[in-house]
Formats: sequence, C-alpha cells, structure tokens
Amino acid sequence: MSVVLLEARNIGKRFGGVQALKDVSLTIRAQEIYGLIGPNGAGKTTFFNVMTGLYPRDGGEVLFGGVPLELDTPYLVAQAGIARTFQNIRLFGNMTAIENVMVGRHVRTHVGVFGAILRTPGQRAEEAAIRRRAEELLHYVGIPHRANDLARNLSYGDQRRLEIARALATEPQLLALDEPAAGMNATETVALRKLIEGLRADGLTVLLIEHDVKLVMGLCDRVAVLDYGEKIAEDVPAVVQKNPKVIEAYLGGGSD
Amino acid sequence: MSMSTKKWIGLALVALALLALPLVLTSVGTAWVRITNLAILFVFLALGLNIVVGMAGLLDLGYIAFFAVGAYVYALLASPHFGLHLPFWVILPLGALFAGMAGAILGAPTLRLRGDYLAIVTLGFGEIVRIFLNNLSQPFNITNGPKGITRIDGLNIAGMDFVNTHTLFGIPFTGPAKYYYVLLILLLLVIVVNLRLQKSRIGRAWVAIREDELAAKAAGINTRNMKLLAFAMGATFGGIAGGMFSAMQGFVSPESFILHESILVLAMVVLGGMGNVWGVIAGAMLLSFVPELLRYTVDPVQQMLFGKLLIDPEVLRMLIFGGALVLTMRFRPAGLWPESRHKLEMSENRS
Repeated sequence: MSVVLLEARNIGKRFGGVQALKDVSLTIRAQEIYGLIGPNGAGKTTFFNVMTGLYPRDGGEVLFGGVPLELDTPYLVAQAGIARTFQNIRLFGNMTAIENVMVGRHVRTHVGVFGAILRTPGQRAEEAAIRRRAEELLHYVGIPHRANDLARNLSYGDQRRLEIARALATEPQLLALDEPAAGMNATETVALRKLIEGLRADGLTVLLIEHDVKLVMGLCDRVAVLDYGEKIAEDVPAVVQKNPKVIEAYLGGGSD
Repeated sequence: MSMSTKKWIGLALVALALLALPLVLTSVGTAWVRITNLAILFVFLALGLNIVVGMAGLLDLGYIAFFAVGAYVYALLASPHFGLHLPFWVILPLGALFAGMAGAILGAPTLRLRGDYLAIVTLGFGEIVRIFLNNLSQPFNITNGPKGITRIDGLNIAGMDFVNTHTLFGIPFTGPAKYYYVLLILLLLVIVVNLRLQKSRIGRAWVAIREDELAAKAAGINTRNMKLLAFAMGATFGGIAGGMFSAMQGFVSPESFILHESILVLAMVVLGGMGNVWGVIAGAMLLSFVPELLRYTVDPVQQMLFGKLLIDPEVLRMLIFGGALVLTMRFRPAGLWPESRHKLEMSENRS
C-alpha cells in the first residue's frame, strides 16, 4: 500500500510571465486515490498536462515506478501506464463509442500495415480481442448500450464515462481524472464515486483533480493543494482541511 | 432468397458489367475507353489522398507530386532515355515504393503543422517536385527537363503487348481495353487495401488524429509515426497511378503535374465524401466523366440552340465545376456520400 508509484520532482512551468507551476513535488502511492485541489488557476490542469507530456516542462522530472518518464513523447507516457481524461471532455466525436475505446487499445496492440492489408490470422485475432476488450470496458463503465452511437451524441455523463473507458483501455496503472464530476448532478456524482472506488478496488491508482470538495474529502486517501503554482499542503483530507494556508487560499487572505 | 445470395448475384452482375464495359465503349469510340482508364487512375489518386485528407485529416495540396514520382520512375526505367527497359512488374512496385518514401520524406517536416499551414507547405512541396522535374536536365540530364520523356514502354504481359488489337474468341481487344482490365484488377486491390486499412487499428488511429490530435496522443497513439504512415500510404497509391499513367500515355512531362491536378484530386475527395471509400470513388468518377461529357455535348447543343458557339466548353466546364463545389459545400458539406461510421457499425452487427 505504501509503495511509491509516481514521484514528481520540482516540476516547473511558465507561460510567458506567469509561473504556472513552481517546483511542485508530490508522491503518489500505489493504489491510493490522490486528490489534487486548489482554487481556479492554481495550476492543477497544467500539472496534468506536464505530467502526461502534453505541455513541455521548464524543469523537473517525473519518476513512474522508479523510472523517469519520457515527457517529450506523450504516447510513451501512456505506454508506461498513465492514462488521463480531460477537463473539457475530448472524445473522437465522429467515431462510435466502441471505436473510441478501441483507439485506446492501440498502445497495447501491434499489428501494422501489412497485417491489416493481408488480414492475417494474427490480425483478425488481435482485432477481435480489441473489440472484446472494448465491449468489456463499456460494460464496466456502465454504457454497453451506447456502443454503436457516435461519441458526440452521448449525454454529458455518458461522455465522461466513455472517456474513462478509453483511458482504461490503455491498461494504465495510474488513472488521472481531470474534474470528472464537473457538471454532473448529484446522482451522477454518486455513480462516479462508486466507479472510482471500484477502480481502486481493481488495483488502480487514481489521481483526481476536483472542485467538488465533498467528493474529494470523502473519496481521497491523500490530498495535495496547489495555490498560485505552489504546493501548499499535502496530507490526509482531515488534516488538509484544517490547514490555515488552505483555508486562506480558498477563502481569500487579507491582501485581497 | 437469403441476403447473402442476393448480395452475390448483385456482385456477379456488377462484375459482368465491369468486364463488358470496354467492349461496349469501344463500339462508341475508343476515346471513351481511354477516358474511363484515366478516370480509374483518378480513383487511385483520390483513394490515396483520401487516406491523408479524409482519414488522417491532413490537408495535402501537393499530392500530385507523388503521382509525378511514380510516373517518372516508370518513365526513366522503361524508355530509351537511359536505355533501360525493365519489366513493368519490377518498376510499378518500385515506383510505388519511391513515391511512398517521397511521401514520408516530404511529410516529415510538416508534422507540427496543421490545417491551413500544412496546406500551404504541402502546396509548396508539390511545386518543388514539379520544378525539380523541369530543371533536372543539367548538369546531368536526368528528367530531360520540360521536354519530358518520350517513347516509354507500354505494358507487356507474357509477350502480349498493349498497343495492338488482339482478337480473342472473335472479340477484338484494343490496347486501351487491355489497359482497362489491368486497371480494373489494380482498382480492386486498391479498394480492398483501403477498406481494410480503414477498418484496422491503423485506420482508427488515423481517424482519431483527425478528430482530436491531442487526445489521440494522450490515448497512446504515436502521432508522428501514424501521420508519416498516412503520408507514405497515400503517396504509394499515387505512385501506382503514376506508373500506369506513364505506361498508358507513353509520354510524361512536368506539365502533367501542376497544382491544378492536386486541387482536382482534392475536389474529388471532398465532393464524394471525405473518409468514405465509396463516396471518394463516386467523386472521382463524377469529376472525371462529367467534363468529358460536357466536351462532347456543349458544342452541339449550343450550335443547335443558337446556331453558333457562345461559350467555350472548357470555360463552361470550369464554371459548372466551381458551381458544383460551391453547391456541395452549401448543401452537403460532408460530401455527396459522406462517411457514415454510424451506419457502418450497425450493418456490421447485423451480419
């Protein structure tokens, strides 16, 4: 339980004159649900983007299972075992739900152009396995009946689920969810919570950016708080909640 | 009658019609067989470009360059220019290979570009290739410059040449008719390859890149390699078309590979329906045949109506062309027969 899975060391990121991340270091242990919270603009999503290689970083490194991640090539990050979702859902809109998940299998499958053209037995077996796994994952996230619908036609909640299914298809060890409950109603949030708890029970580690403080406090084993690009706290939710710096960050200090 | 029997009968009828087509057309005029052959070449080109533009979403305006590469590889290796006369089954694949490599090489510097910027750069590359062909006559005469390469060997299969008319079972087969059958076989291959790629792991990766490149990256797709692969595969089809073009025409010059042609092929893809193999084929056929039909009808119709020629067929052709594209964009922005992944999936589950 206390094996370190991901260790971010002194991550720095600057956009022009704005220091979006300032020497952020944090450690995520295997099979925990780790929350990353903070006020708007604190740098949570930037941290996600740097960690998954979508933004170039200005400094620092990320160790995953003790090995440095190759942050310049995002697909290698996925291959290493980190999958993510996006705050503003990014699905392949004109592909069906099941195809979206099948795309996620890409990184774990191998058949190339010639296999596809010749439709070799190996290719057919792999293709069938991809489809089977995609069906299972749609079932797992609870939308098997939407398999053949275009992703853009799914409801908001289903799109969130589909994005999680696509992420799971890459067989991650760490699943990074960027505000998965944003825009969800109470019932959907409860269902989401169950889903995340199920993921952990199945051996996954979850990194969660979330605004819904109730969800975070109830769900996460540990929480880190970012404010103006700096980590101001990292501990179990009960302790973080009482941290004066955190309270000030959320409620505004005297200077405002 | 079950679905599959009906399907097979339908397929057999289509096959029969395709086989009989050149014989029927020959009786109208051999020119029509030639026109059909060129139309099939344009189908190759449109299907190749469809991989790049339709599936992977990379707007390529210099695609005709790969047609040129295929054509020149064939021309240089099967003409008196270098005194080389290699058999077509060596040069056609070689031309495809060279074109594919050219696709990857020209694609590599554009990997970070998207949309308009990609279009502008590929347009430039297309022109560069043409200008190269125009000027590679000094200091060593490689391409023979603007004069082009003449007396290119036609196809020759098992001692049967493709110039003279052969009579088989009392039916005369003209040169163009024979080319037609070769093209038909190649067409079948090209379509199968296209369909299979589309429904594979590779095809899905291409479409994913088209839909959202960043998400595709995050989902574990090596976007760099997949884009290069799309450029290379698309170019390969162009190379095959180019080789056949050389063999059929017996003559190539840089003039055949101008920007206009790239745009024409792109128009075929867009008009037919980006990403949908059958739509693209229909688009290519439409834009190949309609201008020819106009060529033969505009003149007599005007003579009949006005007693004289008011509008040159060539002018009217472009006018109708432009009008058709504008109307398509206005009323069917996804093309006449758009890609319908939804339906595709449904029919797959039923069978």
